[in-house]
Amino acid sequence: MPDPVLQVTDLVKRFGDFAAVNGVSFEIGKGQILGLLGANGAGKTTVINMMLGLITPSEGRIQVFGKDLAAHRIEILRRMNFCSTYTQLPGNLLVSQNLKVFGLLYRVPDLERRIDEVLELLEISHLKKRVSGHLSAGESTRLNLCKALLNRPELLLLDEPTASLDPDIADKVRKAVKRVREEDGATMLYTSHNMRDVEEVCDQVIFMHKGKILHFGTPAEIVAHFQEKSLEDVFIRVARGGDLETAKLVD
Amino acid sequence: MNPHVIQALVLRYLFLYTRTPVRMVELLFWPLVHLLVWGYLTVFLQKNTGDSFPYAITFLIGAVILWDVLFRAQQGVAIFFLEDVWSRNLLNIFAAPVTTFDYLGATYVAGLLRAAVTSTILGVLSVILYSFNVLELRWYLVPFVLNLLVFGWALGMISTALIVRWGPAAETLAWATPFFIQPFAAVFYPVDGLPVVMQAFSKALPCSYIFEGMRDVLKDGDLPMRDLVIASGLNVVYLAAAGVLFVSVLKTARDKGLLTKFAAQ
Ligand SMILES: Nc1ncnc2c1ncn2[C@@H]1O[C@H](COP(=O)(O)OP(=O)(O)O)[C@@H](O)[C@H]1O
Ligand SMILES: [Mg+2]
Repeated sequence: MPDPVLQVTDLVKRFGDFAAVNGVSFEIGKGQILGLLGANGAGKTTVINMMLGLITPSEGRIQVFGKDLAAHRIEILRRMNFCSTYTQLPGNLLVSQNLKVFGLLYRVPDLERRIDEVLELLEISHLKKRVSGHLSAGESTRLNLCKALLNRPELLLLDEPTASLDPDIADKVRKAVKRVREEDGATMLYTSHNMRDVEEVCDQVIFMHKGKILHFGTPAEIVAHFQEKSLEDVFIRVARGGDLETAKLVD
Repeated sequence: MNPHVIQALVLRYLFLYTRTPVRMVELLFWPLVHLLVWGYLTVFLQKNTGDSFPYAITFLIGAVILWDVLFRAQQGVAIFFLEDVWSRNLLNIFAAPVTTFDYLGATYVAGLLRAAVTSTILGVLSVILYSFNVLELRWYLVPFVLNLLVFGWALGMISTALIVRWGPAAETLAWATPFFIQPFAAVFYPVDGLPVVMQAFSKALPCSYIFEGMRDVLKDGDLPMRDLVIASGLNVVYLAAAGVLFVSVLKTARDKGLLTKFAAQ
């Protein structure tokens, strides 16, 4: 594997007595896209939030670009970015104003040009002077993604970027994500409920269940391992708890 | 503190106000109402008490203007945070390369801008309507305003810390915090107008010395230097304590996942 961009070791997050993330370790090599799968509540978003420093781990270690996240948070955040279904850009600002603010926050050089580039990449150049709050769900997701790409992040965290998108727009988003990886060599962590996304975009996949990693491999390996027909079937089986022997196996 | 980051955060704030001019109404409505109420009360008292009132009663108008400096500074800080909560932008900001000091710096600037806008307008209006010129306070105006700004920032940080800790249910604190202290702050009446027990509380607030000082200056043209020194000293203590509270609440928020809970609401 190429040099790991992200290394997570024995990560645990407890909220009170409840362990939302319970001993997770993995790493992502440069230029790789790792899919994080699992039913609602599996702990995917909590993992991502810990990577962003929004939540402090109860135990374990996160290293990004070979540095400890806790000790070098700001320096690391400058080189990464994220896009999540749980956030929006301020609705009363114009698209161009929002991108300008975040471009300055991330100290993006030649900002005006970069704004045009990312809008172009996600095919929303025509929305530049629109009010952000007036965009449709698909448009606003793509705007979030524009914000996430502004600083040419070396590590990009995408939390359900295609949720609530129609198949056409979801396809455009997948293509943009792949292009960014090819052109910038960006490394990504990608969560999704859309198995099509995962099969098309991710090199490796982690299956999470109740805060633990059930299985790790390429999409094809996972399907073979669970002896199912498709990733979707694996997902359903795992979500319904029909995997307990496997869980014990991995433990 | 990184000036680029602060500039970006303040720019967002300015965009917000230029994009939605109706927000200007909120910025001006209450100070205007206060100015009119206290201004006409002053006019009424002036007509009906003759010379019997102990000193220039126009201090009520000065009080309205100076109180507003404190109030707006506090609001600038507290509303800055809430704007991001309301627009579901909080995580975008807190997951960006923004240090706590950058963030606080930006909220101070926001408070300063709010205070500057309203107090300038109130200052001009009070000359026109009541022939009261706040510049009568001469150079004292500088330490007065600085002290009120700093205390406003400290109160703003305390309000925000409580909102982070207790969630959106505590949002009203953003508006209410300054009014908790107003009765003891000697804004419209002197400290010795309060019962003795409350006077102790009053003496622990830096702004009490400023409002007392304002009345002294309007009456005698001078004030005890000691008061300014005490006010500034207290302010340093409040600002530091509020900063420590804010930082420790943010740490708790990261431990308990409070910031991300906000985003999910
Ligand atoms: N801030 C929090 N406080 C308490 N529990 C939380 C918090 N955030 C997440 N959880 C819980 O942790 C579990 C994992 O949540 P999450 O990471 O959002 O899952 P996913 O993204 O896989 O759907 C859920 O049961 C959720 O209720
Ligand atoms: Mg999630």
